[in-house]
Amino acid sequence: MDTPKNTIDEKQQKSSGRRQFLTETVPAVTGALVLAVSLGVYQRSARALPPYAIRPPGAIAEDRFQGACLRCGQCARSCPYNILHLAELGEEIPTGTPFFIARKNYCRMCEDMPCIKACPSGALSQSLPIIYEARMGLAVLIDHENCLNHLGLRCDVCYRACPLIDEAITLDVQVNRRSGVHTLFVPVVHSKHCTGCGRCEHACVLDNAAIKVLPIEQARGELGKHYRLGWEEKEKAGGPLIPELLKLPIRRPEELP
Amino acid sequence: MMSRIPGREAAQNKGWIKAQKWLLLRRISQLGILGLFLLGPLASIWIVRGSFSASKTLGVLPLTDPLIIMQSFMAGHSVAVTALIGALIVVVFYAMVGGRVYCSWACPVNMITDGASWLNRRLNLKKSLSMNRFTRYWLLAAILILASLTGTIVWEWVNPVTIFQRGLLFGMGLGWFLVAAILVFDIFVVRRGWCGHLCPVGALYSLLGFASILRVKAGQREQCTDCMDCFAVCPEPQVIKPALKGDEQSSPVIFSINCINCGRCIDTCPQNVFRFSKRF
Repeated sequence: MDTPKNTIDEKQQKSSGRRQFLTETVPAVTGALVLAVSLGVYQRSARALPPYAIRPPGAIAEDRFQGACLRCGQCARSCPYNILHLAELGEEIPTGTPFFIARKNYCRMCEDMPCIKACPSGALSQSLPIIYEARMGLAVLIDHENCLNHLGLRCDVCYRACPLIDEAITLDVQVNRRSGVHTLFVPVVHSKHCTGCGRCEHACVLDNAAIKVLPIEQARGELGKHYRLGWEEKEKAGGPLIPELLKLPIRRPEELP
Repeated sequence: MMSRIPGREAAQNKGWIKAQKWLLLRRISQLGILGLFLLGPLASIWIVRGSFSASKTLGVLPLTDPLIIMQSFMAGHSVAVTALIGALIVVVFYAMVGGRVYCSWACPVNMITDGASWLNRRLNLKKSLSMNRFTRYWLLAAILILASLTGTIVWEWVNPVTIFQRGLLFGMGLGWFLVAAILVFDIFVVRRGWCGHLCPVGALYSLLGFASILRVKAGQREQCTDCMDCFAVCPEPQVIKPALKGDEQSSPVIFSINCINCGRCIDTCPQNVFRFSKRF
């Protein structure tokens, strides 16, 4: 008598368990998965910074920065000049992470580095010894056609504004081929010294700056790993690597002597 | 039949203020925390610096959101000591007072979703999709896995909680759409949908409070008149039943990790059945 009843109960229990699994757990897991996957796809869309967004000094490499920055804004709050923004939803920058736009406001390179001190996570690295070793970005004289110095004027504003004048930006003296008699003083940025503070871009007198600070990976080219510079190798070796100058065949058009 | 308005009888029995006591205290707490964050940028009085994600109080006390730290850890970043200490302080505090005290006493999103729930009741919207309240834990797990796969603190891209919190302090941008979405979702789609079903921040806090000392207790449960007011206002109504309607041997303490210790049941009960108490 008891046995069949028990079986029915067990069966009912089993089927109600299965129903619960199908109507509750499956949609819950599916929903969570769909959300997670779409989020994963969405965040891939902006792994590289847009060219105008410059990270605060001491920021670790961008791909690691996005796993380190807590999006708390303590750097922004401790900047005495209030230059840092936290990215809002819908910007091309990971939500909540700090950046500044050099054209709007530039880093004053405080010697006590309050933004780095305020960072609790290590996204802005405490190991930066002095602000002059910061590499927030790299200035690039992008527009050679409208830069006033390239046009032959003595604007020099970026050069004069640079906190590392004559180191990060120098003026290269060239012939003004347009007039044939004048000199061009062409601003040249040196990555060895440029901190990416953005002061040059901020100061540029054009309506749209001819010199711009870009995130480093966008500003710099990179040699193939196998490239060797002959003159450096020569110096390292203390002499030419090839025993004698090679005799190369002279190639010129047949009719010429 | 006129629908019963939860809390009205309590207000008649013990006066309006007493029937809103914990709600008012929570609002003061939530707005007070926002105020402390804004005092610096608005009035140059720097008591607290930062946001809910991580902050420093008076230059010495660090506090860090544990979910963000866990994502950062999963993403492979070796988190600096300050942030770790901050997270430890947060974890210990909420482990004692109840994990989801964060939700009810600190998080400003709670004000939005409480408002949504109030509107839902006032508009008498009976229809609501049912959703599994365990979804938040699946989402929490998915986020942590995704953080390790992508190497980023991935949930912070879209986390409505931190976006709203940060937005109030730093500027919202399109974040308003997210807030509006939660409001609409909670009013019209799933009752208590965000905080009670989906939010992985709350899910993590609930786990932290698994052995919390501070709990709500249905101490006078024999006085219960089955008016159902507590069930109507409770953001996690499933937690009340075992304590209120259990047999005589069962404990009258609400042990569920998802009780947010908001004290709204204490306010709303006309018979003073509930009170804050210790776990033991």
